[in-house]
Amino acid sequence: MLKKISTIPFKDTPEQAAKLDAVIAECTGDNSKLMHVMQVAQEIYGYLPFEIQAKIADGMNVPLEKVYGVATFYAQFALSPKGEYAISVCLGTACYVKAAQEIFDELSAQLGIGADECTADGKFSLTACRCIGACGLAPVLTVNDDVYGKITAKDVKGILDKYMN
Amino acid sequence: MYRSHVLVCGGTGCTSSNSQKIIDTMNAELKAKGLENEVQVIRTGCFGLCALGPIMIVYPEGCFYSEVKVEDVPEIVEEHLLKGRMVTRLLYKETVTPEKIKGLNDTNFYKKQKRVALSNCGVINPEDINEYIAYDGYQALAKCLTQLTPEQVIQIVKDSGLRGRGGGGFPTGLKWSFTAANKADQKYVVCNADEGDPGAFMDRSVLEGDPHCIIEAMAICGYATGATEGYIYVRAEYPIAVARLQIAINQAREMGLLGKNIFGSGFDFDLFVKLGAGAFVCGEETALMTSIEGNRGEPRPRPPYPAVKGLFAKPTTENNVETFANIPAIIRNGADWFASMGTEKSKGTKVFALGGKITNTGLVEVPMGTTLRDVIYEIGGGIPNGKAFKAAQTGGPSGGCIPAHLMDTPIDYDNLTAIGCMMGSGGLIVMDEDNCMVDIAKFFLDFTVDESCGKCTPCRVGTRRLLEILDKITSGKGTLEDIDKLEELCYYIKENSLCGLGQTAPNPVLSTLKFFRDEYIAHVVDKKCPAGVCKDLLSFSIEADKCKGCTLCAKKCPVGAISGAVKEAHTIDTSKCIKCGVCMDSCKFKAIIKK
Repeated sequence: MLKKISTIPFKDTPEQAAKLDAVIAECTGDNSKLMHVMQVAQEIYGYLPFEIQAKIADGMNVPLEKVYGVATFYAQFALSPKGEYAISVCLGTACYVKAAQEIFDELSAQLGIGADECTADGKFSLTACRCIGACGLAPVLTVNDDVYGKITAKDVKGILDKYMN
Repeated sequence: MYRSHVLVCGGTGCTSSNSQKIIDTMNAELKAKGLENEVQVIRTGCFGLCALGPIMIVYPEGCFYSEVKVEDVPEIVEEHLLKGRMVTRLLYKETVTPEKIKGLNDTNFYKKQKRVALSNCGVINPEDINEYIAYDGYQALAKCLTQLTPEQVIQIVKDSGLRGRGGGGFPTGLKWSFTAANKADQKYVVCNADEGDPGAFMDRSVLEGDPHCIIEAMAICGYATGATEGYIYVRAEYPIAVARLQIAINQAREMGLLGKNIFGSGFDFDLFVKLGAGAFVCGEETALMTSIEGNRGEPRPRPPYPAVKGLFAKPTTENNVETFANIPAIIRNGADWFASMGTEKSKGTKVFALGGKITNTGLVEVPMGTTLRDVIYEIGGGIPNGKAFKAAQTGGPSGGCIPAHLMDTPIDYDNLTAIGCMMGSGGLIVMDEDNCMVDIAKFFLDFTVDESCGKCTPCRVGTRRLLEILDKITSGKGTLEDIDKLEELCYYIKENSLCGLGQTAPNPVLSTLKFFRDEYIAHVVDKKCPAGVCKDLLSFSIEADKCKGCTLCAKKCPVGAISGAVKEAHTIDTSKCIKCGVCMDSCKFKAIIKK
């Protein structure tokens, strides 16, 4: 899967850096914990910018190429930042047969962004995901941790409005 | 002692529709009425009937409330729990008869089910080890460690006829015996909870509803095969399952059911949770092990098989969640009990996740050999909106579809393979007349192209070529020759790919070609999509005799493709039309047709 790589300059705070340092210190020497470190790093920063990948590679004593390889292999790792409200439309089979693609297209049209993109104001980002396992509620979309089930393309505007102000 | 128990579903489906808030509100209401010591609210795992969530059951009456909203909670507390009058309007309709309230197990949805793997889901509080123990939990492990030799345990599993529930259907006991036969300083047990099939959520429900049964089963497997460490590889997309597993592992450790010298038998076993990061190929057993080791989850060539050289190059037994979920019951009740259910070569039960165009979406567990008709019409409640059944898709991106004329096939491993389908992990997506089968094949190929790890050429390049041909067909540019090419390429990819992903990726195409070839032909010869899905093949037109000339469609059309005078029939300029369908939605006279 091709991933969009961010061109937004990377910033971090000393608190964030300290948190990541602690996890690296705990796991260094055990390569099987590489993914765990990357998952924690993504929790801290929301995505894995190049600078963080390099830091993890140094700290874990593995080649940067390996960190990058893992980051691009797994769908969970993002190379560009997510919006304040990350919208994820389930395009798993159960949702797809219930017209989830139309919902995705409607969101894309209303926000003016495509898959894995973020609006210019940093407010919304849009991704398509493969099955969150709430198939009983198909079609489903999530906005951060809020789940909206049994929706149609017509409900999209109302959902976006909730997060607009 | 509580006089009433309120069970509220805390599975992902019901949690998504606010069941946690219902629990919180109920606890607050009970406290306000001073009932907190009389009524206990318990958050359970999935009940299965996700379509009607959030679900609540009140015992001792056993009354089943469906589609409960937070606003309904005060009424339930006031009327039912305080005054003892059921809130009839919230009862699941099917349970209400003029004479009495039917038990849940008498409803169509539950009547034909047989719950083994799901027996505790929706019954116990998954975050309390004592409830699991009260339902015979850890008895099977105790029996193995204190009364049975590892060889005897393997023999019981072999005799039960249990086969891998992840889709392959390999005999579980045989798999265990391979690992047991290899000598090594360290062996592992791995639980595959990387449920990547879109539309399958049975493993998630077991982990959420009954995590201790997986822990118990893995410890039994460790004892039987000589392993002292286990890993559960679970999708990070299942946060509730991950949290409950971790709670369960901690509780088991505290009680000495994991760790050193379990039950004073001298057997040591410990478990760790590893999070997946969203890669479908990691459901393949060797790829999963590569991923646990911290690498890109690419599969390894076999042999050597994991039983010889698996995780960290040590002998490893890997089973799927649902397979493990059957183990404690098999040990407790005996191999004969398990083997008495199912068909000749497929024993026991199978859990299916019903999704798509079906009334009762949710989770069902039926004896092997149940027909698709029973699952869809008796348990599933049929197809909504009076539409006709077209096909059921099983096995996800690796599987195929079962058309209407094969609905009476008893579902088991061998029957499904015989019709070019596969059991898969148990996702069962129902499609009706409005679904285009070519489009569905394209959907799955789009998925496999995305998820192919890229290691071997037949899969990496082959699936992409398949998708391109399907794209050509659905956009109306296909030829009959393309269909032949498609078929030929399918067989090539199946034969030459390294792992299960590539070997099965063409199945959705082959199976739709087999049963719905006429739809492919319609796309390439007539340039029509019979189900009206493929946009490039659709055209919108206005039926002049039905059109009142209200001008609404012309106003709504985003590209100005509709013209006509007021009170006169309108027309659509097909060269401008972008086929968005807004006109059709807005027309009050059903004058616009799509074909």
